[in-house]
Formats: sequence, structure tokens, C-alpha cells
Amino acid sequence: MSKRIDVKDLNVYYGNFLAVEDVSINIEAKSVTAFIGPSGCGKSTFLRTINRMHEVLPGARVEGEVLLDGDNLYGPGVDPVTVRSQIGMVFQRPNPFPTMSIRDNVLAGVKLNNQKISKGEADALVERSLQGANLWNEVKDRLDKPGSGLSGGQQQRLCIARAIAVEPQVILMDEPCSALDPISTLAIEDLINDLKDQYTVVIVTHNMQQAARVSDRTAFFNIAGTGKPGKLIEVGDTHTIFSNPTQKATEDYVSGRFG
Amino acid sequence: MTPTLTPVRKRSALTKGQLPKFAPYVVLAIALVLGAAILALIGFNAFGWGIVSAILFAAGLVGWSAAVEGSRKAKDKLATCLVVGSFLVALLPLISVIWTVMVNGIPGIITPRFLTTSMNGVTGVFDNRAAEEGSPVLGGIYHALLGTLEITLLATVISVPVGLLTAVYLVEYGHDRPIARAITFFVDVMTGIPSIVAGLFAAAFFFAVVGPGTKTGAVAAVALSVLMIPVVVRSSEEMLKIVPNELREASYALGVRKWRTILKVVIPTAISGIASGVTLAIARVIGETAPILVTAGFATSINNNVFSGWMASLPTFIYTQILNPTSPSNPDPSNQRAWGAALVLIVLVMLLNLGARLIARVFAPKTGR
Repeated sequence: MSKRIDVKDLNVYYGNFLAVEDVSINIEAKSVTAFIGPSGCGKSTFLRTINRMHEVLPGARVEGEVLLDGDNLYGPGVDPVTVRSQIGMVFQRPNPFPTMSIRDNVLAGVKLNNQKISKGEADALVERSLQGANLWNEVKDRLDKPGSGLSGGQQQRLCIARAIAVEPQVILMDEPCSALDPISTLAIEDLINDLKDQYTVVIVTHNMQQAARVSDRTAFFNIAGTGKPGKLIEVGDTHTIFSNPTQKATEDYVSGRFG
Repeated sequence: MTPTLTPVRKRSALTKGQLPKFAPYVVLAIALVLGAAILALIGFNAFGWGIVSAILFAAGLVGWSAAVEGSRKAKDKLATCLVVGSFLVALLPLISVIWTVMVNGIPGIITPRFLTTSMNGVTGVFDNRAAEEGSPVLGGIYHALLGTLEITLLATVISVPVGLLTAVYLVEYGHDRPIARAITFFVDVMTGIPSIVAGLFAAAFFFAVVGPGTKTGAVAAVALSVLMIPVVVRSSEEMLKIVPNELREASYALGVRKWRTILKVVIPTAISGIASGVTLAIARVIGETAPILVTAGFATSINNNVFSGWMASLPTFIYTQILNPTSPSNPDPSNQRAWGAALVLIVLVMLLNLGARLIARVFAPKTGR
């Protein structure tokens, strides 16, 4: 139930501003790939191009190819909505829908699309998704309470449950732990480890230890200076990137000499 | 370490040089007495007494404070006096209006069958008899109340979809395009349209489309919706704007289409603000007189049908009762009915405002565990 992603010569623009230049990367199925790099280097921007969320912003556009198991996401006639239902996303700040209960938040992907689902199936889906997000035991007694009443870490796991409830092939995470305390972070990291058995996971993080802990492969992005485009410097096994990188910039960054 | 003795003093060194707590009350009492004395010299009246006492109070308190506490505290007292004074000045007309309408309107309202009868068949003869023999005032506002409710309801039914959809376009699709900016500009212009112009527009429009002399409740509703739409657009736009973009993105990321996202995420999140904005827009137009006079005319009998025939409404009822009393020789019964109608109108607006708060609370996004 997971697919690989191959990006070929991707340029990402905001209007006329080239934000990310010439990225080519292969992301393996059923693995965790981490994007690291200094702020503003285009990690999140690039991540958002993988499920066509980038173009939601006015004037944003993309040149190049992103292949999901060989199918180009940016091919003519591709519906971004179809893409997004296959490639889920978890955002930096937990964003459960404030008008919905915990249960409805998990079912949001189904209900907002007006798909018919029986009560039994819905209950099973809610339980399965919340189990998958390691949240079931904490909320099973208050599924009808609003999702915004949960703690930050619980909200983020609720968002992950919401993302996996639509059964995507790939889950993108944009700094999912940056607003969380260490204990919640640990819970999410454990969850990421579980998720890679079923899904392809891509995570953007500022925390190099986190990248080292959770990811199989790591991609390092860098930016030459303000106003210049971000670039993919190096990608490889996490172990190699952190212990024996081929590029000087990567070594400087992971050893803490800059950034 | 030897324990140091805290010196025992009557007053703390930190509170030195302060006016005692009772200072304002003392100054107020002196100001009131002095004010009464000054007014007594030039002829006493309550309004002047209030003004003179307020000035004396402010001057006395600030002067005393300057002498004892220093200039910073004195300035603070002066600012407090000005703020409280402005608040009282702003409150004065409001309380005065409510008081006047209550005093004059309650006799009208408690008249038997005031809310359940129309003015059909009520002539000057009855009013003369009521004024001269003290028999109960006949006639009521049922037809006007019905007209106001029907016209306002129809105006709301027209305005809310148009206004809300315009706001949705501006926030979700406009992206500051020239057409979106043009719409915003014209909405702002429409906000400033005098209500009589809206009435004339609706009248002229229906004269042209349906035929000369078309005066019905529906025409009045169109006139009122011209006044309502910009208010609804503006308030809904503000409410839609403050829905966090993160919620839209969360919905898109689940593979939900844009229109469903707007319908099921954005609008429900903003619905409490939109609903109270709509209610306030209704409150704004429910008391309009001029546009209704030129579009619905006025009637003395019950007309249930907004699409045919002249129709009464509370504001026009008040207007005609005051300006053309049913019995020109004895205008008191007409005045009583007009004040009663005014009180009903104020109560309606108050209920709408309470309703807006209730709606806002019911629909507000839930928090808490």
C-alpha cells in the first residue's frame, strides 16, 4: 500500500522567484526519508510540491516531474485532488478542525468528500486510525469531545490519524514535532517508525538528532544566500550522511559548524 | 546573622503621598453642594447641575491630587475623569431614548388587542370618543408588525445568499484581482448609500420591469436588501478572512475539493460570526422608513401577501400616525399608538441583538475537554 516517488529536475517558483532549483531525488517505498537543512532553504516548499499543495498559494508553480510509481503528478490532466488523496500531509502546527469532534476529525477525509460509510465501518475506521496514530487509548472515552481540547501532542497525533484514515500511499510531514515537547516528540517518532511498515514517509525536520533517529535516508538542502534558490546538496543513507558525507557543506551542517 | 527589626510605622513608606480612599466621594459631595449653590443663583435646573458639578468634581479632584500626590497622578486622575465623563455623555442619549419610549410606549402596548388588531375601520370617530369619554383606544399594529416581519424576512432571504456568496468570492477566489478590488470598492460605496436612494432605486426598477405604480412588500424588500447586502458582504468577508489558512490546507491535504472545503470547513468555522453579522444587518434595516414609504406605501388593513398590494410596516406606521393622526382634532390616541409601535420596534431590535449573541455562542467552535 505504499508507492515510491522519483523527482526529476524539479524547479519550484513563487511567481517569478525561483525558490528551489533542480532537485532530483528518489524516495523509496516503505522507508522514512528526512529532509534537513537551514531555515529558508526550500525543504518545506519542496515537500509541498510532492502532493501539489504548493500550487494552493497564489502564483506558485512548478517545472519538472514528480513520479508516483512512474505516474507524473504534474502530467497534463492530472487532478490535484486525486494526488492529495494518495499523498497525505501532516503540518507543522497541529490543525484539527475546530468545529468537529475527535471522531469527526478522523472521519474528515471521508465525510468532507460525502462518501457514504456505514456506522459500523466508520467506528472501525476511527478505531483503526487512532490505533495507528497511538492515540486510541487516550481518547477512546471522549470521541465526541472537540478535537481542539486535546494537548498539542495529542492534536498532532489526531492529525496523523486523520491523514492515515484516507489510506494514502505516502505521508508527508512538515516539521511535525517543532511545536511539541520532548515527550510528545518521542510519541510521534515512535509512530513514524511504525508507519513505515505500511507507508512511505517523508519528514522535514530542523532537528538533526530527530533525522538521525527516525530516518533511513536523509537529504540535505542548502541555500547559497538570501534571494538565491535552495538546492539539494546531497542525499544518501542517514548513517552515511551523518558520519561520512561526500560534500563539505553537509559535513559542516551535520557537525554543527554552521546553521 | 542577626535578625533585623522591622521599624513599626503607622503608614507604609511605599504608600506615602496618596490621597485617602474616600477622597473622590468627599470631592463629589462638595461638588454637588457647590454646584447646587451656584445653580441656585442663576436658576436651578437638573441638567446644568450635573454639568457644573461634574466640572467642579474634576477640577477639585485633580487639584487636590496635584497638591498631595504630584503631577503624574493628577494627570492620571484628569484622564480618568475625561474617560468616565465621555462615557456618561455617550450613555445619556441612549438611556434618555429608551426611557422616553418606555414611558410613552407602555400605555400603547398594554391597550387591549394592540398587538392583534389592525387599523382597518378605525376612524377619527373612535379616537374622538376615546379622547373625550376615556374609552379604550381602538386599533393596533398587527398589520404593521406583520408587514415589517415579512418585508425584513424577504430582504434577508435575498441578501444573505448574495452577500455571503460575494464574500466567499472575495476571500476564496478573488486573490486581489481587479474585479475583486472593484467589488470591494462598490460594496464600500453601497454602504454609504442613503436609504431613500435605495428606495427610489427599487421603486424605479419595479416601475420599469413590472409597471408604473408597483408598490408591494417585495419592492420594499428589494430596497432593504440593497442596504443589507453591503453590510452582509463586509461582515462575512471579515469572518471568512480570519478562518486560519491551515484549516483550508488541512482539508486540501485530505483530498477534499475546494468548494467542499469552503462549504464544510471554512463556512462552519466562521458561521457564528456570519450569523451575528447577518442579525446586525437585519437590525440595521428593520427601522428604515423612507425606502419603505416609496416602495410599499402604507396600509391600514392586514395584507399577508408581500407580492401584491400596499403594505404597512412599523416605521411607516409610526410616521403616518404622528404626521397624519387618525383624528386630526384629537391626536393623542394616534400618538399613543405610534409610541407603542416604537417600543415594539426597539424590542424587536433588542431581541435581534440578543439572538445574534445567542447564535454566536451556539455556533462558536467548541473548546474545552
